[in-house]
Amino acid sequence: MKQLDDEFNPKILNALLKSRNDYTIEDALENEMILNMGPQHPATHGVLRLLLRLDGERIIGCVPELGYLHRGYEKMAENMSYYEYIPHTDRLDYISPMANNVAWVLAVEKLAGIEAPKRAQYIRMMIAELARIASHLVAIGAFAMDVGALTVFLWTLREREKILDIWDILCGARFTNSYTRIGGVANDAQPEALAKVKWFIDQFEPYLAEVEQLLNTNRIFIERVDGVGVISKDEAIDLGFSGPNLRACGVEFDLRRNVPYLCYSEIDFNIPTYTEGDCLARYFLRLDECRESAKIVRQVIEKMPQGPVHADMPKQVLPQKDEVYTKMEELIHDFMIVNFGINPPVGEIYHAIEGSKGELGFYLVSKGDGHPWKCKIRSPSFNNLQSLPKLVIGHLISDVVAIIGSIDPIMGEADK
Amino acid sequence: MDFKELITQKLKEKFPSVEFELTEYRDELTIKFDKKFIVEVCSFLKASLDLEFSWCSDVTAVDWANRKNRFTVVYNIFSMKHNFRLRLKADVDESDCNIDSVSSVWQAANWQERETYDMYGIKFNNHPDLRRMYMPEEFEYHPLRKDFPLMGIPGSLPLPKK
Amino acid sequence: MGLEAYLKDTGFITTQVNAIIAWARKNSVWPMPMGISCCAIEMMAVGDPKYDIARFGSEVMRFTPRQCDLMIVAGTVTYKMAPVVRKIYDQMPDPKWVIAMGACTSSGGMYRSYSVVQGIDQFLPVDIYLAGCPPRPDNLIHALMKIQEKIGKTKASQFPNLASDVKSITLPDLNVIQNN
Repeated sequence: MKQLDDEFNPKILNALLKSRNDYTIEDALENEMILNMGPQHPATHGVLRLLLRLDGERIIGCVPELGYLHRGYEKMAENMSYYEYIPHTDRLDYISPMANNVAWVLAVEKLAGIEAPKRAQYIRMMIAELARIASHLVAIGAFAMDVGALTVFLWTLREREKILDIWDILCGARFTNSYTRIGGVANDAQPEALAKVKWFIDQFEPYLAEVEQLLNTNRIFIERVDGVGVISKDEAIDLGFSGPNLRACGVEFDLRRNVPYLCYSEIDFNIPTYTEGDCLARYFLRLDECRESAKIVRQVIEKMPQGPVHADMPKQVLPQKDEVYTKMEELIHDFMIVNFGINPPVGEIYHAIEGSKGELGFYLVSKGDGHPWKCKIRSPSFNNLQSLPKLVIGHLISDVVAIIGSIDPIMGEADK
Repeated sequence: MDFKELITQKLKEKFPSVEFELTEYRDELTIKFDKKFIVEVCSFLKASLDLEFSWCSDVTAVDWANRKNRFTVVYNIFSMKHNFRLRLKADVDESDCNIDSVSSVWQAANWQERETYDMYGIKFNNHPDLRRMYMPEEFEYHPLRKDFPLMGIPGSLPLPKK
Repeated sequence: MGLEAYLKDTGFITTQVNAIIAWARKNSVWPMPMGISCCAIEMMAVGDPKYDIARFGSEVMRFTPRQCDLMIVAGTVTYKMAPVVRKIYDQMPDPKWVIAMGACTSSGGMYRSYSVVQGIDQFLPVDIYLAGCPPRPDNLIHALMKIQEKIGKTKASQFPNLASDVKSITLPDLNVIQNN
């Protein structure tokens, strides 16, 4: 057995020491310090390891190390059918689980050529936007907590509990609910759930206003995050940024508007954009996006059509359980789909949605049988974290915490 | 003119010696060519004022197991100006398992290529920092290859004592 | 209506040493949240106003192992992360307990793959296994209550290192300073 003692791993240290060529010190070891912000840390969002090279308290080099939560998602996808993988997609971006379900199911439907009925698409839009609100609430709360404002975290978590209650009524699980199915959603939205969504949206805005009242004019908060972690527009596009991080740099780009999926072209919403590209802009952007999502949910509930929630393709969409137990055809279809999979035609697709952190995409290659030949998950947090070495140079250690909080990475997604 | 036709026309004009294989499936265009030309084609696609593919979504590879060219490196790129997705593919054989890195064209490809190296063992020439991404440095295998078992090889990753 | 009202400021409470130590320990369990993935979110939810854990005595979730006595391992532990978890466990002072929260820590959970440790009991002694993916916050509070019961039944002499240490400590000679 080999020893896993990688504090002294030469390759990572070499990468750290070579990361800046334009900065030389006479005797490197006399003035510099190498600090390990290890995988277990209260302020790195999840298991992220940072190796920092410091001159006093200023950072002159940074190398992030991922892989502490690498669970082998892509290998597992090659060994299980498309239906079996839906619960696994929940655990990717575990703060907004419904959005990942929607992304996977849309990708598989594109590959197989299935189209879900209108009511199912509206329900999917509603849950994706609620997931976005839940994710932004945690992001704002955790960001404020990292900077020092502890109360905000408790307030936003209280709002999030209301959303988790809604999901509990809708599909039975508070969290990591595999609610979508290929061809629709698992069950129809109950009138009780829709009423609770409407109630939540109506009373949501005053709570956001309370949070703003605590933070927006707070001098300590503003001075800690204003001008910290600035990134320019061209660099952001080159680095593969997406989502709120990109929109805070001045690029007005949103997959819901530019490459519409589901029924977003029928809904009226704005795309907030800020131009400064620093932590404060990202914070303001997330607050604005919560309001826009609330607007979208309100319109979705008003416009939701009546109708079935499962597509009418018996060979590929799982039938309802009461029919399976009583009718012959449905029993055979259920058996074939569960044991052999849905068998989409040979080909490959890439489909992405606007997740709460950015562009969440699935690249699927099918060889015609029940499980994918290759599944690649394009996770937004992975690409957003790539910019971390550039953003922290020249700042203090306490700014690193604020910058990570404003980028909002989720390690379950970044590490796959 | 349709945007897909514009792309193919421009590529054929600029690179007359390169053989492009075009496929279209579910309304998505895929272009396959030899791996020697990858950096030139990508720089042209990014710099050209009509096309402007400035955003690199994804770099990954597919392992075909029993074919002559075992791996295919796949690049998914996106043009923000035209809202168009394009896929580029290049075959890589196991005996000559390297390809030029496009991290000089798009910085987003840097970590994606490291991940592809970690999972498949394909080396990227001229990459600024080619180390493993997810698995520990001392790990000797490449997990996403088809001959690596799902449960792993016992003894390849050490565990602390109880 | 405090204790002082009953005792009227004079009087003594007699109890066994074991009982008072157990009572103090079990009502002030400070957890060390080893939050790795999704279960960490449910652990955060246990701390929020709806499922308050502070009313059980776990007033703070200290992120430094030196001040905690309960480690809640929440999330999938991979082979790369296992030495880190073990190191943090070793840094915690005795007496300490471990809750394996969720299916991933109990047995590998839904991840049967090359990089996930199939159960943290391969390298850590575990006191309570919690089922669920993720377990509801009520479930975690139930586990905490069971740990409190377990602590309540443990006698002070059962902790491995303490009994021998007590015999070997000699108090230093202090100069008595008189205030006249």
